[in-house]
Amino acid sequence: MSAAPQKAKAGGGTIDVVVRAIVPLNDLVTRFEFERPDGAPFPPFSPGAHTIVEMNDDGRPRKNPYSLMSDPSDTSHYAISVRRDDEGRGGSRFLHTAVSVGDRLSVSYPVNLFPLDLRARKHVFLAGGIGITPFLSMIAQLERQGGRWELHYACRSESLASYADDLTGRHANKVHVYYSDRKEALPLEDLLDGQPLGTHVYVCGPKGMIDWVKTTAADHGWPGDAVHAEEFLAPQPGDPFDVHLARSGIDVHVEPHESLLEAIERAGVDAPFLCRGGACGQCETDVIEADGELIHADHWLEDDQKASGKKIMPCVSRFAGKKLVLDR
Amino acid sequence: MSRFQFPESIASRPVYGTLEPRPGKAHLMIADAEGAEALLDLAVRDPALVRAAHIIYIPKGTGESYVPRLEMCGPAQFHVAPSYEASVPRLRRVLTDAHMGLQLYLAGTEGLMGQAMSEAIEHGLPQRSIQREHRGSVARRMQCVHCKGITEDVTTDPFVCAHCGLHLFVRDHYSRRLAAFQGVRVDAEDPGNVPDPVELYQ
Repeated sequence: MSAAPQKAKAGGGTIDVVVRAIVPLNDLVTRFEFERPDGAPFPPFSPGAHTIVEMNDDGRPRKNPYSLMSDPSDTSHYAISVRRDDEGRGGSRFLHTAVSVGDRLSVSYPVNLFPLDLRARKHVFLAGGIGITPFLSMIAQLERQGGRWELHYACRSESLASYADDLTGRHANKVHVYYSDRKEALPLEDLLDGQPLGTHVYVCGPKGMIDWVKTTAADHGWPGDAVHAEEFLAPQPGDPFDVHLARSGIDVHVEPHESLLEAIERAGVDAPFLCRGGACGQCETDVIEADGELIHADHWLEDDQKASGKKIMPCVSRFAGKKLVLDR
Repeated sequence: MSRFQFPESIASRPVYGTLEPRPGKAHLMIADAEGAEALLDLAVRDPALVRAAHIIYIPKGTGESYVPRLEMCGPAQFHVAPSYEASVPRLRRVLTDAHMGLQLYLAGTEGLMGQAMSEAIEHGLPQRSIQREHRGSVARRMQCVHCKGITEDVTTDPFVCAHCGLHLFVRDHYSRRLAAFQGVRVDAEDPGNVPDPVELYQ
């Protein structure tokens, strides 16, 4: 150990991996399984954790967060399930189309922003679509520990219901699936009603679903700390803009299809990050000058911080205007 | 006025607020003595809330002063108990059958609020579902750290342990599990040298 504190690498370090299997689950979702080139075990992770997969898309670096969905007790591999998003910026499409078994990638050490609260006496999981992934590792752990849980899983159709057959086959009494093409809806109010004291609710899905669960639970008198949510925001494309990084003394042009954080990294600046989805707060950056409008897209900053114009989360937020100077 | 401003103290010492109406699927209100005034205030702010509530009330020394007024609020269930201990079987039954969405409102003495809160948390009720408002007596429920006996309604410092007879110094160090403050022998180093008792907060 040196006496001087070492500056931690942004994102917390990476692990080199080899793609050991690619398993298409349906038209949109594919599972990718990674092992280490030397066959060494992976670091263990807590259920709910995600990893950031680094991809080299024809010279363009991509870093996307995905929930680890493998059994946390099995350190021989990590697995993620990726939904192809044809409207998105291309990271999921790259994984679906350009990655083959045997390819090398690197993934970040796991970070958990959506842990189980083990003080809970019962866990109720509410999944929307691909939001099922973190619950797969949570269920694996709770089954081993004898924890009390139930899963309510809303999907578009039977053909797109990733892992639904597997889950209902193994846990017929605990897993309930609702298909919207059959006009089935997740009966949220009934589900919240009558849960025993000490129950915690976890929701992973689209923003509308998370808001619906949070609002309904609050109306039913559930305290906020018994309601857990995870929503990764994909950085949205937008108009290009320029930014001056005051500490590094460089100007960067942010292209329409890259995030501010990606542009900063492309310029060679080692900026902090963890989730790259507006949730963890790690990339929070001070705004020195902004002649224009900060377009906040994160759910980290408080409303008054957003209004103050003094902070920005470069992983998902953008800028429109004449001049932006950041303390980076 | 039944309100008392407690002096600033160590982090271990509980602090109390003012009962606020909150959304919930069920509402349980437990009060003793002047704690009734906090429930009556709540009924003025939100009469429908108190009409939907289950009230357990322990008058202690106040006799019939508050009972008719509480009854007039029209709570869904109203139970008057002669002591906290006598209300415990009912409280346990209610908590065993309760579900998430229950709001617990506690008002009155520290001893009552602490014991009811510890019972509720034991049954799994989240702490954030519990509100407390202090009213009335500032007497404390004290545990003797030597014999572990609990002395209720302590109003002087030092006081005599009701179990082992030691003279105990009243500390602000509080146990949420026991719902009691800690009492420590005041003359441990110089047996017999016991200061004159002083009223708490004098």
